[in-house]
Amino acid sequence: MSSTVDYPRLRPLLTRLGQALFVLWAAFTLSFLILYALPSDPVTIMLSQSGEISAADQAQVEALRARYHLDQPLPVQYAIALWQAVQLDLGQSIQSGQAVTQSLLQSLPGTAALAGAALLLAIPVGVGVALLASLVRNPRGQEALLALPSLAVSLPTFWVGLLLLQALSFRLHVFPAMGNQGLASLVLPALTLAIPTAAVIAQVLSRSIANVLRQPFVSALRSKGVGPVRLLFGHVLHNAAIPLLTLAGGIIGNLLAGAVVTETVFSRDGIGRLAQGAVASQDIPVVQGVVLLAALIYILINLLVDLLYPLLDPRIDLRKTP
Amino acid sequence: MSELTLSAPAPLPVRTRRWRPVLWLSLLVLATVLGWALAPGLFSSIDPLHAMPAHALQPPSAAHWFGTDHLGRDLYSRTVHGASLSLRATTLAVLIALLVGGAIGLVCGYFSGRVDSLLMRLVEVLMAIPSLLLAMAVITVLGFGTLNIALAVGLSSVATFIRLTRGEVLRWRASTFVEAALSCGVGHWAIIARHILPHAAGPVLALAALEFGGAVLAVSALSFLGFGAPPPQPEWGLLIAEGRNFMVAAWWYTTLPGLVVAAVVLAANQIARALQKSWGDNR
Repeated sequence: MSSTVDYPRLRPLLTRLGQALFVLWAAFTLSFLILYALPSDPVTIMLSQSGEISAADQAQVEALRARYHLDQPLPVQYAIALWQAVQLDLGQSIQSGQAVTQSLLQSLPGTAALAGAALLLAIPVGVGVALLASLVRNPRGQEALLALPSLAVSLPTFWVGLLLLQALSFRLHVFPAMGNQGLASLVLPALTLAIPTAAVIAQVLSRSIANVLRQPFVSALRSKGVGPVRLLFGHVLHNAAIPLLTLAGGIIGNLLAGAVVTETVFSRDGIGRLAQGAVASQDIPVVQGVVLLAALIYILINLLVDLLYPLLDPRIDLRKTP
Repeated sequence: MSELTLSAPAPLPVRTRRWRPVLWLSLLVLATVLGWALAPGLFSSIDPLHAMPAHALQPPSAAHWFGTDHLGRDLYSRTVHGASLSLRATTLAVLIALLVGGAIGLVCGYFSGRVDSLLMRLVEVLMAIPSLLLAMAVITVLGFGTLNIALAVGLSSVATFIRLTRGEVLRWRASTFVEAALSCGVGHWAIIARHILPHAAGPVLALAALEFGGAVLAVSALSFLGFGAPPPQPEWGLLIAEGRNFMVAAWWYTTLPGLVVAAVVLAANQIARALQKSWGDNR
C-alpha cells in the first residue's frame, strides 16, 4: 500500500552502514600510516629487492618515486592513495607490476574454497563437542571433552599441517601433497585450518551454554518436565549461539590469517600465499591490499551479524541501540 | 535418552587444595625450557652448529635424542639452543604488549575524555585486522629478523591489552574509595599507583600469561614463514621450516621440535588458566 520508504526501519541500517564505512576508512588510514609513514624508504626497499641498488641508478630512483607519488609530501600521497582506493585502485604490485585489486581477485577463490571447507568441518565438530560436553553427566568425561579445545588451540598450525602431510600424503598417499587441483587437494589444508577454528567455536559455545543453563527460565522449564535434549535444542541453543555470532567476524578473520600458514605449507595459491610472498619481497601495495581485504571481510561479517541478531533474539532491536 | 541431564560445568570449581598433576607438569615443562634458554650447555654438550655430514638424517637414538638434520647436526641440541632466541622474542613481545597496551589503557580509563574515545575507535579498527596480518604488515616495513618479529607480535596484540586495562581501570575509577581519596585531595598519580593499579593488575597480568602461549605460536609461525633469523641460527620455527624438504626421509626433523613448541604453548596456557582463576576474578 504505502509507497513511502519505511524510515524508522531504514535508519538504523544506514547508521550501521555509515559506521562500517568509517571503520573501513580508518583501516585504510592505519595501514597507510604503518606502511608509508614509518621511517623506511619504500623505493630503497624496492630496489634492494631487485638487487639494482647503486649510485648510478639515481634517475631510476627518481622515476620510481614519481611513479608511486613518493616525491610528494605525505598528506598529498595519502590523498592520492585514498582517492584511488575509493575507485577500487590499490596501486600496482612492485614485484609483478600487476594491479593489486586484480591479484587479490585472482587469489580470492582459492582461499574462499579453503576457508569455506574449513568452516564446513569446524562448525559441526565445534558445536558437537560443546553440545556433547553439556549433555555428558560424568564430570570427568565432561572435563576431558572440554580439554580437547584447549589442547587444539595450543598446537602450531604449520606443524599440524606438516604432520598431516607427512602421514597422509607421503606415507599413505591418500591425499595429494600440494596444489589447487580438485577436491582431494582441499582436504588436508581444510582439516589443518579447521582444527583451531573448531576449538574456538567449542570453547565459546560451551561457556555460553553453561551461562544460559544457569538462567531461571531453564529451571522453570525443567520443573515443567522438559527433557534435557528438548531443552538444549528447543530453548538453550539459540540463546547460547549469540556470543558465537558476535565473534563470527574474528573467527573468519582468523581463517584468513590461518590461510597464510596453511597455503604456505600446502603450496596452494590464494590470498595467504600472496600475503606471504608480498611480505617476503616487501611488496608494500600488495601487503596493504591483503590487510584491507581482511578488514573489509571483518566489517561485512559484523554488518551481517548485526542484522541477524534480531532474528535470533527479538529483545535485540536495532532501532533502540545507538 | 532420559538418563541424560543437562548440566552446566560447575561454576569455576574451587579446588585450591587439590593435587593438580597437570599444573605441576606444566611448571616442569616451562622450567626445563627456561633452563634450556639460560644454560643450554647444561642440557646438551653437542655444538648445535657442528655439521657431521657422515651422520646426516639419522633417526632418534641414544646418541642423538631427536635425530640429526640434513647436515648431520644434532636436532636435540639445536632445539635446546633455539630456546633462547625463541623465548627471548616471545618475552619481548609480551612485554611490549603489556607495557604499551597497559599504559595507554590506564591513561584512557582514568582520564576518560576525547582522546579516550578517539583511541577506542583506533582499537576497534585494530580489532578488524587479524593479528598475524597486522604483524606481517609491521614486518614488511621493519624488515626481517627475530627482534623485528618480536616487535611486530607485541604491537599486534597491544589493542587487546588496551581494552582490558581500560575496562579494569574504569571499574575501579568509579569505586567509592577512589572518590573518597579524590575528595581528600590525593593526587591523580598517587591514586593510580596506590588504589587503582593494585586492583587492576591481576586480570591484566593474567592476560599477559595467556598471551605468552599465543606469542610463542605467533613468533614460531612468523619465523616458519621465513621472516626470522637467518638460517644457521637455531630457532624453533626456522628449525621446523628447514625440515620441510626432508619430510619423506626424516619424520623426526619436523615432528620433534614441533612437539616441543606445542608442549611449551600447552604448559603456558595451563598456567595462565590457573593464574586467571586466582587473579582474574576478584570482583
